[in-house]
Amino acid sequence: MPADIYLNVAVSGVLAGLVYGLMALGLSVIFGVVRVVNFAHGEMMAIAMYLSLLAFNLFHIDPLMMLIPCAALLFVLGYALQAGLINRFITRPEHSQFLLMVSIAIIIANTQLILFGPDSRAVQTPYSFESYQFGPLIVDADKLYGAIGALVFAAALFAFFRFTRVGTAIRACADNYTGAQVIGLNVNRLYALTFGLGCACVGAAGAILMISADVTPQFGPIATLQAFVIVITGGMGSMVGALFGGVLIGLTAAMAGLLFTPSIKAMFVYGILVVVLLFRPQGILGKRVS
Amino acid sequence: MTQETPPQAGTLLVISGISKRFRGLVAVDNVSFAVDRGTIAAVIGPNGAGKTTLFNMIAGEFAPDGGSIFFDSGKIDGLTPDQVCRRGIGRTFQIMKPFLQLTVEENVIVGGLLRRDVSGARERAHEVLRRLDLYDKRHYRAASLTLPDRKRLEVARALATDPKLLLLDEVMAGLRPTETDRIVGMLRELNRETGLTILLIEHVMRAVMALAARILVLHHGAAIAEGAPEQVVHEPAVIESYLGAETVV
Amino acid sequence: MIARLVRGLPRRALILSAILLALGLIAPFYVGDYWLTVLTLILYFAYTGQAWNIMMGFAGQLSLGHALFVGLGAYTTAALFINYGIPPWIGLIAAVAVASVCGAMMGFLAFRFRVAGVYFAILTIAFAEFARTGFDNWSYVNGSAGLFLPVAQYTHNDLWRLRGHPAMFYYVLLTATVLIFIASRIILRSRLGYYCLAIREDEQAARATGVNTFRYKMYAVMISAGMTSFAGMFYAFYYNNLFPEQVFSISRSIEIILAPLVGGVGTLGGPIFGAFVLQGLAEGLNNLLNMLGIDVPGIKQVFFGAVLLVVVIALPEGIWPWVARLIGVAERKK
Repeated sequence: MPADIYLNVAVSGVLAGLVYGLMALGLSVIFGVVRVVNFAHGEMMAIAMYLSLLAFNLFHIDPLMMLIPCAALLFVLGYALQAGLINRFITRPEHSQFLLMVSIAIIIANTQLILFGPDSRAVQTPYSFESYQFGPLIVDADKLYGAIGALVFAAALFAFFRFTRVGTAIRACADNYTGAQVIGLNVNRLYALTFGLGCACVGAAGAILMISADVTPQFGPIATLQAFVIVITGGMGSMVGALFGGVLIGLTAAMAGLLFTPSIKAMFVYGILVVVLLFRPQGILGKRVS
Repeated sequence: MTQETPPQAGTLLVISGISKRFRGLVAVDNVSFAVDRGTIAAVIGPNGAGKTTLFNMIAGEFAPDGGSIFFDSGKIDGLTPDQVCRRGIGRTFQIMKPFLQLTVEENVIVGGLLRRDVSGARERAHEVLRRLDLYDKRHYRAASLTLPDRKRLEVARALATDPKLLLLDEVMAGLRPTETDRIVGMLRELNRETGLTILLIEHVMRAVMALAARILVLHHGAAIAEGAPEQVVHEPAVIESYLGAETVV
Repeated sequence: MIARLVRGLPRRALILSAILLALGLIAPFYVGDYWLTVLTLILYFAYTGQAWNIMMGFAGQLSLGHALFVGLGAYTTAALFINYGIPPWIGLIAAVAVASVCGAMMGFLAFRFRVAGVYFAILTIAFAEFARTGFDNWSYVNGSAGLFLPVAQYTHNDLWRLRGHPAMFYYVLLTATVLIFIASRIILRSRLGYYCLAIREDEQAARATGVNTFRYKMYAVMISAGMTSFAGMFYAFYYNNLFPEQVFSISRSIEIILAPLVGGVGTLGGPIFGAFVLQGLAEGLNNLLNMLGIDVPGIKQVFFGAVLLVVVIALPEGIWPWVARLIGVAERKK
């Protein structure tokens, strides 16, 4: 096979990976701080996707324009969920937390089924079929824009955590829960904020993903699983790790799909997950969690 | 100076020059100490002196960075906690760790199962519970016990494993004087009637003076004094580091 | 021996169990075909829920990929039957072996490398997904096209080859369910049971009390896996078709754990009570929606999800412990 194809598939994988990385970023932020695993993560992304779909069908708004609105809406949803419900479950055993998030996921996914039906829906933007050419490299416009959007959002979030007081406070909570309380941080509010931000990531990712992918009500669990693989591989609690993991998984899946049959690529991805879980559970870029 | 040859009979536990550092912090610094069979010894020292780290190394939670530990003529440093328990060392935890959802009886049965089958373990459990005055509460869930009861439950569970050496980590902490005296009495009786060797970490000097035949004093991870209680308690280094405000019985 | 098993159980509990068993035995004579399938489904989830419970409720290891063992059991027995004519009960021996070994591998990797809690749960998901995609691409079992067992109209019940009337399947499952509960009770009162509970409560304290936690966690996983594989065999011979996409799916894994989660993890009555409640709820919702003339796909599941939500918020221990206390069948513990 000519080298061009490898290059193109690889780049395509990386670009797609960045978007999934953004979704995983949300999961990582939530787990890193609140220590709850959001099993409804994929379903929330589907909410954003359906919202973008609606906006496009009804008002002809490009999904990329829905990035901010979706992020904002899901932020509110996440904040409310955490403050109102999930907060009580932080000290409960894992299977309780799991059941909580799974029931929420079931409700969301099936509400989507009721409202939108089981068929997959997609959006066709003016640039859906455009592509750019850089020498031997042919890049799809929608994937390129999506990746750029993901990077911009991730950078903004990173800046927030690094340079704002609230962001630093949240990082303090993650590092040392008791210490944070001792110095007077309102941990509950910060948790809610963090959950909101994590969901905002997922909202942004959903809006972005809508330009290049389909959405069905069954999309949720698959996306959640994918987010896990990425987060664990890249590093639970590490923002750069999530993006890195996304790129790595996107690349691996794309190349595996090219070199072997497409259906094998899932096996590769899970194989990597098992290896990472065993040998480096904190992920490639993560820090050891005590 | 490390000792590689097994110690003579009569000495049950020999710690030779053991050290432990945690990423730059020296928790235990070249400590050597021996405990004779059938005696009660204590390790005292201010908070952060390295006492629990010492215990953890004896009990197998982690291995020392240097030095060796001999128990009953066998080297035990580097063994896992369950292996150490099987060799005959029972321990309690500073922050208690009962099996909360299990009953008092079931907690102690778990200990008894080390060397007996289920019915034998139950008998042993009853025996131990009677000695520690928990028999009447044997069907209570561990989670519902008061602090002093939980302390005795920890001891009971460790005792049920038929240990030769019992490591007690601050078992008197938080108890009122009457309760302290009660446990002291039980431990003395155990030692006298069964010859059980006991090594305690304690802050409560009342208990230490009542029980220990020998005391090791740690400060910043190093041994600063060792010997009979009356002697140790008057050493200037010890008084300076630790005993300032504590009343000595 | 029976005396030892029932010691400590309040009389009411024994009476209740006896009544339920009696009802279970005569049920096929009084209920129609439809309700027989419902009862069979309830027993299926009670059985698998209890098998899962051994790992979770007893040893505290959260498995979210239990469909793996169902699938392994199903495919092993089915493939042996189809390709070599080996009857299912013989095939079951192989199935239990395969599932236990797989569980052992997973357990070994996890426990040696200290993968615990959430990470362990995700590991179990990864294993199940790996199997799903693997079987999907494995031509020996027909991959995603599915494996089919020969279905013939049998006029008589062939218990040996598990071909026959639905009532036969019902009794097989009823027997298995009763046996697994007896087995669980025996385990709970054995060294294995005590040690697993200790591990569940506090692994470090268990170790300090002389428990070889690695070994006993392995036992728990292997026993759970082996028992679950029987459910796989049943699945294969009851439904007569296997698709990796369905059998190993994470939805199956979630279904398996719903009954014990709702009923009560770690209790003996939890899984079966939970299975009744969930199935009853599903049927009730079906009837309600039919009566109201609503036929929108998804509504039933939304209600279902809502009920789960309410249960997990209001009754974190599960419904059964509360009910048991209410009707006075709980073991006395203060």
